[in-house]
Amino acid sequence: MDFKVILRSTEFGIFVAFLALCTILSIANPNFLSVYNISTVMKQVSFIAIMSVGMTMVILTAGIDLSVGAVLGLVNVLAALLINKFGLAPGISTALLCGTFLGFVNGIIIVKWDLPPFIVTLGMMNIARGLALVITKGWPITGLPECFGCLAEGRLIGVPVPVIIMIIIYILGYLFLSRTIWGRYIYAAGGNEKATWLSGVNVNKIKILVYTITGFLSGLAGIMLASRLSQGSPITGTGYELSVIGAVVIGGTDLMGGKGSVLGSLIGASIMGVLANGLVLLNVSAFWQQVILGLVIIIAVAGGSMRRKLSLKRE
Amino acid sequence: MKKKTSDKHILKMENVSKTFPGVKALNKIQFDLKTGEVHALVGENGAGKSTLLKILAGAYKKDEGTITLDGNKVEMTDPKHALDLGISVIYQEFNLIPNLNIAENIFIGRAPSKQKAFVNFPELYKSSEFFLKKIGMQKDPKTLVSQLSVAEQQMVEIAKSLSFSAKIIIMDEPTSALTKSEKETLFKIIRELKEKDVSIIFISHIIEEVLEISDRVTVLRDGNYVGTIKATDTNPQKIVHMMVGRELKDFYPKTEVKRGEVVLEVKNLTKKSKYEDISFQLHEGEVLGFAGLVGSGRAQVMRGIFGIETPDSGKILIKGKEVKTHSLFETIKMKMGFVPEDRREEGLILSRSVKDNINITKLIDINTHGFVKQKEEINIANEYCKRLNIKTPDNKQIVQNLSGGNQQKIVIAKWLAINPKILILDDPTRGIDVGAKNEIYSLINNLAKEKIGIILISSELPEIINISDRILVMREGKITGEFGRKEVTQEKIMQLAALRN
Repeated sequence: MDFKVILRSTEFGIFVAFLALCTILSIANPNFLSVYNISTVMKQVSFIAIMSVGMTMVILTAGIDLSVGAVLGLVNVLAALLINKFGLAPGISTALLCGTFLGFVNGIIIVKWDLPPFIVTLGMMNIARGLALVITKGWPITGLPECFGCLAEGRLIGVPVPVIIMIIIYILGYLFLSRTIWGRYIYAAGGNEKATWLSGVNVNKIKILVYTITGFLSGLAGIMLASRLSQGSPITGTGYELSVIGAVVIGGTDLMGGKGSVLGSLIGASIMGVLANGLVLLNVSAFWQQVILGLVIIIAVAGGSMRRKLSLKRE
Repeated sequence: MKKKTSDKHILKMENVSKTFPGVKALNKIQFDLKTGEVHALVGENGAGKSTLLKILAGAYKKDEGTITLDGNKVEMTDPKHALDLGISVIYQEFNLIPNLNIAENIFIGRAPSKQKAFVNFPELYKSSEFFLKKIGMQKDPKTLVSQLSVAEQQMVEIAKSLSFSAKIIIMDEPTSALTKSEKETLFKIIRELKEKDVSIIFISHIIEEVLEISDRVTVLRDGNYVGTIKATDTNPQKIVHMMVGRELKDFYPKTEVKRGEVVLEVKNLTKKSKYEDISFQLHEGEVLGFAGLVGSGRAQVMRGIFGIETPDSGKILIKGKEVKTHSLFETIKMKMGFVPEDRREEGLILSRSVKDNINITKLIDINTHGFVKQKEEINIANEYCKRLNIKTPDNKQIVQNLSGGNQQKIVIAKWLAINPKILILDDPTRGIDVGAKNEIYSLINNLAKEKIGIILISSELPEIINISDRILVMREGKITGEFGRKEVTQEKIMQLAALRN
């Protein structure tokens, strides 16, 4: 890949914005660059960022998944419950399986009944959140074994474990999308579903696959959050779907499908995390933080659409 | 009957140039239009027709040259300005809103109003009726546009142009979606508009109809002005020569290929209210033409065979083996390829690269445990770009940026990549320019030599007659006749395609 291509890419543009943001924040408050602060930010970002990998794939097929936050919440309480009952390994794996299954159900319904993903996953969001509340009667589940906490609070060669998991997921996600035939099919289906099907690609399978992956990753984030807070709470992850979609969109992935990358989403999630952290360091009230995050999402999308128009004009 | 056009010029363009970064789209173009004249603009894709059109419509600004309208020098600043000057464009894709009615579409954005707030509906329908009557359209102006045929929508566009009191109407490929009789109606309207001193710039790919309807023809090539001639002083060959800049000696290349074994057999294929009792055989190395009017069911039969819309009953055998599931996943595995009529909607992923589009059918074979063999992928793309003479800067180019002819070659390439035994081509030369058409004909000829069985659907009779070894004619969902290459004529086909005995 030559240098010009990199310079012109959407990801590079977002990365420059990210660097600018970091520079401003580090000048405004020198604590921003402290090792402690950076590792805190990265840890916070990791949960949203991991789900963003799945969401990127879903949005690349021109779909959307609103159920990620609720699936995270359900898996979160299931993990706590099952670990308390059956032990660490069986508990974690069963809870993960449940998350994956919910994603699979999303995909199956969207494909078999030919329904809009927005509606199906909105329904799933309510179902999963409701089930989490039913199971726990609204109370958090505590009393998790101490060693379970290592998953979120431990470090490997100085790096927090969630960050390591995030990096692994991103490497796998990147390889999957850019090197495998399924990745090619995801981009193709998002670009033109009908033409892709008419070329003999089973587009339905691809769609089921992306929702299943997203379910799995939401479950993974749910387990990591259970470890972090050493409890399972039915309200965990409320509103996360919007942060995840925000990260993907800021990262330059086109909601119309077919264009985008996980690399962009990682930078998008980082921008959101750094911004939230920076505003705290600058003593901006939590209420204003929401307003600013909203503005950033709109500006990012507007920037992306302007780039697209400019590149169209160039042709 | 034919009124002589006056010699008064309504429009004169002199030395008009337009440069885009890297390309000179128009280079010192001359063009003039007389009052009540139909002046055709022809040229291959990329010749500069649409750039010229967009300058007149106010969408682009010219870099150099002068435009004189009714004796005054003008400069269109934006589309609204062009409309105010009396220049109206009817684009290939209409600008109508399907869920509004005819009258609302004609007066969109400027409906007659009461107190500037409420639409004056009686007035709206009265004026709409007036303009519809002008072009002889007998439709209730309250009809929703979504319920109109393509031809009727086009007439609404024309009525809309007249409501702007347009003096010049530019029609961009107006006949491309029309049936023969609809085309006749359009030509009638054009002639009536002439009577009313409306001037028309007519853009089309089909030379025969250009000569039929226009008074003069201006030819552009690669952004340059080639010449202007009277329609009565020329013939199609001359115009094609001007367009491509060389003689196309062998426009329909055809080598007699000895036909081999039966590669496809269709038995009593039926789909209710679409087609009935279709049976035929296709041999190796044979080009089998399917003629018939639009709506005769030929396209549906092919979509049924390929497995897009499952037939109700009947059998399909590929090399003697029956197709069991009637799904395209199965027929593709049995080495059948299908080039759809609408390449932008069904054939291509426009936002992806040449390489990705060609390899989409092939990925399943060129991977190790799911990982794409990237070298092979590039090799395949380059191989087909070379073999089919696909003009692209490189295989990473986004398909959207290529010309129609090159796009169509990519759709064909993606099927050649699976080494097909059967290739179905649904109107493969639609909307592509003369040079590319010729290339596609020689490609079909070469594929037949390689023993591929080819089914060709086409609405252009000369094409189907000259390229096919055998021709089946369809009407109202049934096969009504069969001709060999030697005995066939356009008249014979039309008789079986259009007439009920």
